Amino acid sequence: MSVEAKRLTRDLMAARLAAEFEDGWVVNLGVGMPTRCSDFVPEDRTIIFHSENGVIGYGRNATVEEATPYVVNGGAQPVLLTPFASIVHHSDAFAIIRRGLLDVAVLGAYEAAANGDFANWRISGRKGGGIGGAMDLAVGARQVFLLLEHTTRDGRPRLLERCALPLTAAGVVTLVMTDLGLFEPAGDSFRLREIAPGFTVDDVQQLTGAPVVPAADLSEVTV
Amino acid sequence: MESKVVASFEEAVAGVEDGSSILVAGFGEPGSPHNLVAALYEQGATELTLIANGAGMTRDDGVITTGNLVEEKRVRRVVLAFTASTHPSRRTPLEELNEAGEIEAQITPQGTLAERIRAGGAGIPAFFTPAGVGTEVAEGKEHREFGGRTYVLEEAIVADYALIRCWKADTFGNLVFRRSQRNFNPIMAMAADCTLVEAEEVVEVGELDPDLIHTPGIFVQRVVSIPEAGGILQAPPLAMFSGRPRS
Repeated sequence: MSVEAKRLTRDLMAARLAAEFEDGWVVNLGVGMPTRCSDFVPEDRTIIFHSENGVIGYGRNATVEEATPYVVNGGAQPVLLTPFASIVHHSDAFAIIRRGLLDVAVLGAYEAAANGDFANWRISGRKGGGIGGAMDLAVGARQVFLLLEHTTRDGRPRLLERCALPLTAAGVVTLVMTDLGLFEPAGDSFRLREIAPGFTVDDVQQLTGAPVVPAADLSEVTV
Repeated sequence: MESKVVASFEEAVAGVEDGSSILVAGFGEPGSPHNLVAALYEQGATELTLIANGAGMTRDDGVITTGNLVEEKRVRRVVLAFTASTHPSRRTPLEELNEAGEIEAQITPQGTLAERIRAGGAGIPAFFTPAGVGTEVAEGKEHREFGGRTYVLEEAIVADYALIRCWKADTFGNLVFRRSQRNFNPIMAMAADCTLVEAEEVVEVGELDPDLIHTPGIFVQRVVSIPEAGGILQAPPLAMFSGRPRS
């Protein structure tokens, strides 16, 4: 690994994943890193951001000056409304999810597995947890994208053959963005579509708990 | 028609008995009934059941939360979508008591929580949902297949009280919420025997357009005007950014 190689920043990860959103998609962004994605929508597209608290059609994160105590996203952070925004109550926000209207839910995770399982609600050794809307989103949205750091703070892989932590949902993840690249769960391995500049496939493999198979058209992550 | 407006938050929560079940609305800052929660904290009721999105956090900006009730061991049971902080490094009083076995903490997916409350307010005892199937939260519950997909049976929630925050109320208790302040508020208002409301403004009956009312006054028992009762209109705004305002 080159000494200069730097992992992708959180903003770069969010921007790269936001580039996957197609014009007109209805997208839910989970608490944590995913809520950054609404700051990076490509200019040629309109994305309808949906949040669990009933905001349908929010936009980028608000500045301190723009923030109001009335409009927050699913991470409870102030956001701006789009001109086409509408508001529903919490139960209807989840009706939209179960009804199948979400094109994608972008969620944070503690672990992502090659078989499409993921775990994001309870860490090892704890009794309580934070499910939030993740279980509803995971089974309601057409696709689930994950946005997470490739390794834990003490360097252990978060991308695994199978999850060790209690699952949020089984077999639903279609795309995984980490600070080392863009991956697709492929059953027993992760297909590496794009790699962080300065890293080799071997570098990524060493930091991954499942086989990493580079795509034939593997490229560097660019935004 | 007799007005439902009472003069103070203390008066609104005066009858809350020990052992009550209480729905607490709000998602983040918007729609959080800070003044009613603070009044409940002062009132002293104990052995409570709290149903809310989350209830673990205490704050250091002077705002009293349900976390303070938990910390003082006045809550014996919670039903929440978050029973621990989303930041693994932060520990809440709820987590400590949960791990010590001093509180019963039921975690439920947020959409299931919302629908359980909606069902309670709609007179539906239970419903099937796909959320949580195959995970710990569905263990021990009835499962059934519909159209080739497996669903889990979840039961409705009703409660003795709901603590509600709205933008405008009239003296009959008709309520209007502003933007994402709505969240759990309308469904919780319908699911409680006694719904207590703190309103940013109270107007006379006839001033709200009937077509634009979110919660009909027949679901509301008491209303407090936040400005007239000297309450907090909003918590310090920077608290909303979790330390990361956009520049």
